[in-house]
Amino acid sequence: MDRPKSTEPLVAVRDLAFARDGRPIFRDLNLTVERGSVTAIMGGSGTGKTTLLSLIGGRLVPDRGTVEVAGEVVGSLSRKALFGLRRRMGMLFQSSALLTDLDVFENVAFPMREHTSLPEFLIHHLVLMKLELVGLRGARELFPAELSGGMSRRVALARAIALDPMMVMYDEPFAGLDPISMGVIVKLIRELNDALGMTSIVVTHDVVEACGIADYIYLVGDGRVIAQGTPADMQETDAPEVRQFMAGLPDGPVAFHYPAPGYLDDLLTGERP
Amino acid sequence: MNWDLGISGLGRRVISGVGRLGRATLFLVRLAPALGMAAGRVRLIIQQIYMTGVLTLVIVLVSGAFVGMILALQGYNTLVRYDAQSSLGLLVALSLTRELGPVLTALLFAGRAGSALTAEIGLMKATEQLDGMEMMAVDPLPRVVAPRFWAGWIAVPLLAMIFSAVGIIGAYVVAVGDLGLDGGVFWSQMQSGVSVSNDIIGGLLKSIVFGFVVSWIAVFEGYDAKPTSEGVSRATTRTVVSSSLAILALDFIMTAFMLRGL
Amino acid sequence: MQAKGSEFAVGLFVVAGLLALAMLALKVGNIHVLSAGGTYAVTADFNDIGSLKPKAPVTVAGVRVGEVSRITVDPVTYRAVVTLDILKKYRFPRDSSASIQTAGLLGEQFVSLSPGGSRQDLKNGGKIQITQSAIILEKIISQLLYSKAGHSSGHS
Repeated sequence: MDRPKSTEPLVAVRDLAFARDGRPIFRDLNLTVERGSVTAIMGGSGTGKTTLLSLIGGRLVPDRGTVEVAGEVVGSLSRKALFGLRRRMGMLFQSSALLTDLDVFENVAFPMREHTSLPEFLIHHLVLMKLELVGLRGARELFPAELSGGMSRRVALARAIALDPMMVMYDEPFAGLDPISMGVIVKLIRELNDALGMTSIVVTHDVVEACGIADYIYLVGDGRVIAQGTPADMQETDAPEVRQFMAGLPDGPVAFHYPAPGYLDDLLTGERP
Repeated sequence: MNWDLGISGLGRRVISGVGRLGRATLFLVRLAPALGMAAGRVRLIIQQIYMTGVLTLVIVLVSGAFVGMILALQGYNTLVRYDAQSSLGLLVALSLTRELGPVLTALLFAGRAGSALTAEIGLMKATEQLDGMEMMAVDPLPRVVAPRFWAGWIAVPLLAMIFSAVGIIGAYVVAVGDLGLDGGVFWSQMQSGVSVSNDIIGGLLKSIVFGFVVSWIAVFEGYDAKPTSEGVSRATTRTVVSSSLAILALDFIMTAFMLRGL
Repeated sequence: MQAKGSEFAVGLFVVAGLLALAMLALKVGNIHVLSAGGTYAVTADFNDIGSLKPKAPVTVAGVRVGEVSRITVDPVTYRAVVTLDILKKYRFPRDSSASIQTAGLLGEQFVSLSPGGSRQDLKNGGKIQITQSAIILEKIISQLLYSKAGHSSGHS
């Protein structure tokens, strides 16, 4: 499937380099996210997928290269402009990041109360609509501590879409969920994306789920994009890195062994440095 | 060899201590505009005064009453040797309004509410709530930190006044009810010796300074905590330790100035 | 939400704190003495003020009418200059006298005023001419010890 080139991509990452505490995380990363698509960014643990979301959200500033969202270079925006841009983005944290001192209703109402001066009855209606979308209208009076992992992620999703953003970023949305909750989240991401006309970026290492919902997949490793393509492309490719990741092979280009001196040498010298 | 290590250890501690102080100061500078912004959001501040001030009230009431009663008993025992028990009211009132009210209240507040503030903010950080707010384009400084700071700053002087008042009432109950002093003498001696401008306003000033410092330390430690459960628990301990030291040190400095200033 | 309840509690809390402050100011402190209608200042020179301190009461016939605001030494005469703040509602003749007395044997020292008979009143910045210094217990005792029995020295 060819990617449509007619419209400007919503997110464009160009020649991105970023190091944290002197450890390079990205060297030369290039990727784009088309409007209206669900794009999955995949990679092993520690490949900086969450860092990438922080760079897109402007919480981190790249060392080199640019991140453009909706035509604006994120790293160079003033705080005010950045906050303006963020109002049009939603983000779903792995830990849900619900405010523990507010109940479900108030959590979803939070962005509306902070950013709009809508009358109370309108907020009430809007919150119930968002909660209905994620199927948790009945749980509005519960507090975050009373919710299961899957439920709190759905509440967080309702909150992320509270202001009808143009884009939602999902950080490991499938991690740590039971199969049913996982199925619910998979369905919600796809349905909300299409029904609300949003763009979705899903950072994950769950191959099956990602292939199930993504229009386009980037495989990130070693600080750059290793492979990209539609789910079908990715599964058919014979590039060894991709095959190892997609099939979950323990050894391959990503070595099973952490770099070490020769086994025999190590045993024979037998000294701890 | 060993003393050498000890000296470097000391040096490291001093350097990290100075570093913390610098970071705390920078944090305060960043917080200042947020304090202005939050001042308009009365509802948030009221909520936090409830969480911090009202919940500390019980412990302050009980401690204040006991401290007053103890002062009465101890003071009477000493004063009666010089046949000066009529000054008991004065002794109690001066001790409470100048020193014990502001200092003990601030210490209690640091232990009860300051540590809770740190833990709350630290946990919000550890559970990505603050990051989440940032991503929702809500700055956590005016939304989360500043109202808590205001609340602590407002609550401490009020609590200190309540502490002193309750302590004096407690002392009165013991002095008149148990030790058999004359109630009129108790109050009149107090009134002739306690100066509003020096003792009561001075004590109020102290508690305002303590409230500022304790709230500052508490929110800084919470905001600066490592976002792990261990980091939060360390920060909580640090809040109580640093606040207590800061309160006592500042009390010494302010007392020295106030007594000279007379 | 329980917002109403907490607001009420906070309101009560603030009222309690302000009441406590009011109690400290009015019942414990002596704000009412100086706040009622203002004061005027007069000075009085003493040879010896004993242990008189600022804030000590100024009384007439045992009733408090003001307080000592300042104590300095006259650089020429080396006498103590005591400034008294007296409530405006009390007027005293110009030839009134002031003495430093002690409440009880070891109690606090205060300034006692005895009104004279002049028609003119003391004004702000005026001076009380006739004064009696503090009675220093140690001096009396030593005088008693070194003088003959029944012969007590009267000058002060």
